[in-house]
Amino acid sequence: MTTQALRAPAVTVNGELAALGDISVHTTVLDWLRERGLTGAKEGCAEGECGACSVLVARPGTDAPTEWTAVNACLLPIASLDGQELITSEGLGSPAALHPVQKEMAIRGGSQCGFCTPGFVCSMAAEYYRSGRSTGEGDHEHGPNGFDLHSLSGNLCRCTGYRPIRDAAYALEDPTENDALAVRRLSPPPAPATTGIVSGEAEFVRPASLDGVLDLLAERSDAQIVAGSTDLGVQVNIFGSRPPLTIAIDRLAELREFSFGPSEVRLGAALTLTEIERRLAGRVPLLAQLFPQFASRLIRNGATIGGNLGTGSPIGDTPPALLALDASLVLASRRGERVVPLAEYFTGYRQTVKAADELIKTIVIPLPLAPMTAFHKIAKRRFDDISSVAIGYAVDVRDGVVAEARIGLGGVAATPLRARATEAALIGKPWTEETVRTAAAVMAAEGTPMDDHRASSSYRSAMLGQSLLRFYFQGVEA
Amino acid sequence: MSSLSERPLQPVVGVPMPHESAALHVTGTALYTDDLVLRTKDVLHAWPVQSPHAHARVTALRVKPAYDVPGVVRVLTADDVPGVNDAGVKHDEPLFPGEVMFNGHAVCWVLGDTLEAARLGALAVEVEYEPLPSLVTVREAIDAGSFQGIGRHLERGDVEGALASAAHVFSGEFEFAGQEHFYLETHAALAHVDESEQIFVQSSTQHPSETQEIVAHVLGLASHAVTVQCLRMGGGFGGKEMQPHGFAAIAALGATLTGRPVRLRLNRTQDMTMSGKRHGFHSKWTVGFDSTGRLMALDATLTADGGWSLDLSEPVLARAMCHIDNAYEIPHVRVDGQIAKTNKTSQTAFRGFGGPQGMLVIEDILGRCAPLLGYDALELRRLNFYQPGDATPYGQPVRHADRLESCWSQVIDGGDVAARLAALEAFNATHEHVKRGLAMTPVKFGISFNLTAFNQAGALVHVYKDGSVLINHGGTEMGQGLHTKMLQVAATTLGVPFARVRLAPTRTDKVPNTSATAASSGADLNGAAIKNACEQIRERLTQVAGGRLGISPSDVRFVDGVVRGLSGDGVPWEEIVAAAYMQRVQLWAAGFYRTEGLHWDANAMRGEPFKYFAYGVAASEVEVDGFTGSYTLRRVDIVHDVGDSLSPLIDIGQIEGGFVQGAGWLTLEDLRWDESTGDRRGRLATQAASTYKLPSFSEMPEVFNVRLLEKAHEDGAVYGSKAVGEPPLMLAFSVREALRHAAAAFGPPGTSVDLPSPATPEAVYWALEGARGGVSWSG
Repeated sequence: MTTQALRAPAVTVNGELAALGDISVHTTVLDWLRERGLTGAKEGCAEGECGACSVLVARPGTDAPTEWTAVNACLLPIASLDGQELITSEGLGSPAALHPVQKEMAIRGGSQCGFCTPGFVCSMAAEYYRSGRSTGEGDHEHGPNGFDLHSLSGNLCRCTGYRPIRDAAYALEDPTENDALAVRRLSPPPAPATTGIVSGEAEFVRPASLDGVLDLLAERSDAQIVAGSTDLGVQVNIFGSRPPLTIAIDRLAELREFSFGPSEVRLGAALTLTEIERRLAGRVPLLAQLFPQFASRLIRNGATIGGNLGTGSPIGDTPPALLALDASLVLASRRGERVVPLAEYFTGYRQTVKAADELIKTIVIPLPLAPMTAFHKIAKRRFDDISSVAIGYAVDVRDGVVAEARIGLGGVAATPLRARATEAALIGKPWTEETVRTAAAVMAAEGTPMDDHRASSSYRSAMLGQSLLRFYFQGVEA
Repeated sequence: MSSLSERPLQPVVGVPMPHESAALHVTGTALYTDDLVLRTKDVLHAWPVQSPHAHARVTALRVKPAYDVPGVVRVLTADDVPGVNDAGVKHDEPLFPGEVMFNGHAVCWVLGDTLEAARLGALAVEVEYEPLPSLVTVREAIDAGSFQGIGRHLERGDVEGALASAAHVFSGEFEFAGQEHFYLETHAALAHVDESEQIFVQSSTQHPSETQEIVAHVLGLASHAVTVQCLRMGGGFGGKEMQPHGFAAIAALGATLTGRPVRLRLNRTQDMTMSGKRHGFHSKWTVGFDSTGRLMALDATLTADGGWSLDLSEPVLARAMCHIDNAYEIPHVRVDGQIAKTNKTSQTAFRGFGGPQGMLVIEDILGRCAPLLGYDALELRRLNFYQPGDATPYGQPVRHADRLESCWSQVIDGGDVAARLAALEAFNATHEHVKRGLAMTPVKFGISFNLTAFNQAGALVHVYKDGSVLINHGGTEMGQGLHTKMLQVAATTLGVPFARVRLAPTRTDKVPNTSATAASSGADLNGAAIKNACEQIRERLTQVAGGRLGISPSDVRFVDGVVRGLSGDGVPWEEIVAAAYMQRVQLWAAGFYRTEGLHWDANAMRGEPFKYFAYGVAASEVEVDGFTGSYTLRRVDIVHDVGDSLSPLIDIGQIEGGFVQGAGWLTLEDLRWDESTGDRRGRLATQAASTYKLPSFSEMPEVFNVRLLEKAHEDGAVYGSKAVGEPPLMLAFSVREALRHAAAAFGPPGTSVDLPSPATPEAVYWALEGARGGVSWSG
């Protein structure tokens, strides 16, 4: 079944309403834009790694009603932007009237071959317009103008070595009062449209309510859920996946709950990682450590916490952290809701207890939080890489003795898992170097890590033990 | 000062300018080859059928099922080739192979009304293979005696005698990885046939003339029937010097057979699995030092992993052998070079073109041997520098060798190196789990194509009646700022403001028989050709102006759009141009340049193949985490010799970008091929941006100071400048050596560290574990 659209699907691009027209439901935003002659956005990788396709969409903001949010146009289906507003590099300015971001990039040597440049410009413009950006002292990842370099972590440049791009970013002032895009932030973003598009034998549906989604899930075993499309987009672009029914859920109010305390933190599954990061604002230190290491800002702007758990990947970055935080999931279906501890959620490689008709609705983290927490990610590259190994820690030491220890591991088995043997080797023991060295040897034997192009199995094992030592020494030396 | 290098009054060269297309880049309005597809009607899209085997005979190819897919228009196979079924110049690269030579090799191509139709059509093509034995690693090839092309031998002095009398002799082996270009714009071509059956191919190519030749020979046409144009490239780095030809030929063949424009654009997976990369090398060496740390002798065998066909492997190997000395005087040298033939992509040019590989061998040797000799690595390098009067092992005098010492001491002074080394020692003494390292390395890089004939260039300059200037030259723009420099050269020679000059896209019907934009030579060669053309025009205008101003032509000056004598106001450039037209004076000219003084005996590996050497020195400081081997690049200081810069903002961009790209090769970028005997043998395991990691913002040095060497006039190049494209890449050896220094600091003083390349966090971890003496979590 599909929802009958009452109006032709359309997107506002650079201020002009454009009908989606005769599209495939799998047509990406990037391909759609390029077919319209807006060739500024480029395909560099088609998997959300290079950012050459970055564009801006008007999304609900944390510090203002609307936030201009940079996303990878290569991953999102254009159908998912029905009714939304989109800005491309062409819409920011023209050669005769450069946008401030474009001007700084141009005069400082921020472009060489220019292919990645429109994407950099859009990612930089998103940070330029970020309402929470404020002038400060700056550090090696923040400019004196509050510009967060992590906003560019999803953009690759092969020519410049990045220094002139950084200088351009750090030279930006605040938008002027009459800047149209700055003004646009003050009113709400477009409401989600109720979309139903059929092309050939495939459908794209955005139901108006959670019940509508659950009905579809109950009826159609071939349904594919999509939120930020940061995983599905890769499946479509690289692996030729063409799901017959795609159901968009990312704007459903029922999946966007956010509450903190007193006894738990409740995070709606369709909140993006960026939204959670900004709304928590450091109140869950373990997650605050995780967010900057989770993919890139471009990905975090689309990727949802529910999506990261829904794929069931053994190398997702949130499971080790959420395992350490003892999180549970609320699974919803037409049959009702049930709560599953995350530690019991994963059953095998990309397999979980979630039934085909179930949807992750909410992630629940109990309070109070453990006093000592950390997130360690071992990867080749510091920004935007996939974990070889990831470890989440939540430890409570009382009177010098380990009272509680939860350690979540990713990348060392077919599923994320708790380091139960290591936890047992710590609990009840004095929090000393001797205890930790003994437990580190246990930890190095956790899981069944494999050899691949990211790391050798022996390195992965060694990193488990080393991680615990690092956790201890960084705590002691801090 | 030569007439080639001398600058006139108020030159436009030397003025810092942003890239000539910067405003188009930032607004997304700069067009690349694949952006033209949307502006072309009825385009067909191409998709390859790729081999799943590393090596196999194609025993059956059934294309009919593809035609059953809606939207499939044509399947291109070997039977369709009217000319030569070969994509290269060595005739060892069949465009449609009967025997697939690597995992990913394209067997045939499907053309569809949409890309989706072509993709589905390619899935429908049925290919039967008879798998054959394959060689995937360079060691497998060496063991099997699988080589290709001509091996080379370079020798000077008495290596045996010198090693016998050396105070210290060390031997080792070092195998290091190649590098994926990862230009952000993948290979792309768009071909159509016009009403006169002229083939027009827009191609993302560094070598339009050779693309033209290959398209012509595949189609069985003369070169004049094919025109190739390159608007600009989204990065090249050598990867588009030879590799675009076959893709352009496929598009042209499809356009010829269907009468419709054909677009071929590789997606990233296809580009990474089909196109060649930087050569990985295997090296085996013995080195001798005297008791004072001076290099006495080097005996080395270099094996380049060429992949399945020759491509540019022979000149890459030659350049590697000619750069194994880097900046160091080695009296007795013997280098043997060979090219392994393996079942991988055909490895090709990549920024430095073998030079980095040769230099990496000697830098690795010095880094490993310094502690064994009891020397600080900084000191060991410096005391072995070439001195004025020295010559390279192949017999070329090392002109301006003193610039090595100048750069080195300027980096030490400007980079505050002595104080930082002291601070670093103190830091390391008080930090058990994290150590810092600092290293300095020099670069000496020969400029010119090793093959003398390639060192020529042409240009076409038009002055229109209104005084506006249009220039065209044989070089291509890939982001390096060549066009910006060429506009500056033309404006300087004609004495007009920068804005009076425009540049038309590179195409083979404007300037013929061009060399690749490669070997860092783009500005030297094309700049000199443009200067030559502009001088011809200026000379004619001088006569006109002399008459008009009533002065001797020898006193006429062209300065910032005004033509004047040695004193007085002069008249506007436009007036002189208009007058010249009325006097029937030719207002356009073809320019030409050939680099003088080069000679090279490729068989003997002797001669003077380079016009000059580019020099530079870098100091890098890193911090290494002892728990994981991960590291950060804290600070980089560079002094680099670009001669008198043509365009300082562009040159600094080249230095910074080259450095970071080099650091990527040496530390992060990790090409992994399936070396197992399983189903996926020979498959590139890192075939996406998600698995092959380029440097990102996190690899940018926290402090990055780049300075151009001052008073660096180069007599032998246009307006006193030097080439800059490749040499800075090799400054990144300092990062690798700094990591070695930091890893050694985890061990006792004098620890020698063997470091793989790339030095990934894992590699650094094992290196520092080795330095710690295998200290583990239990100990």
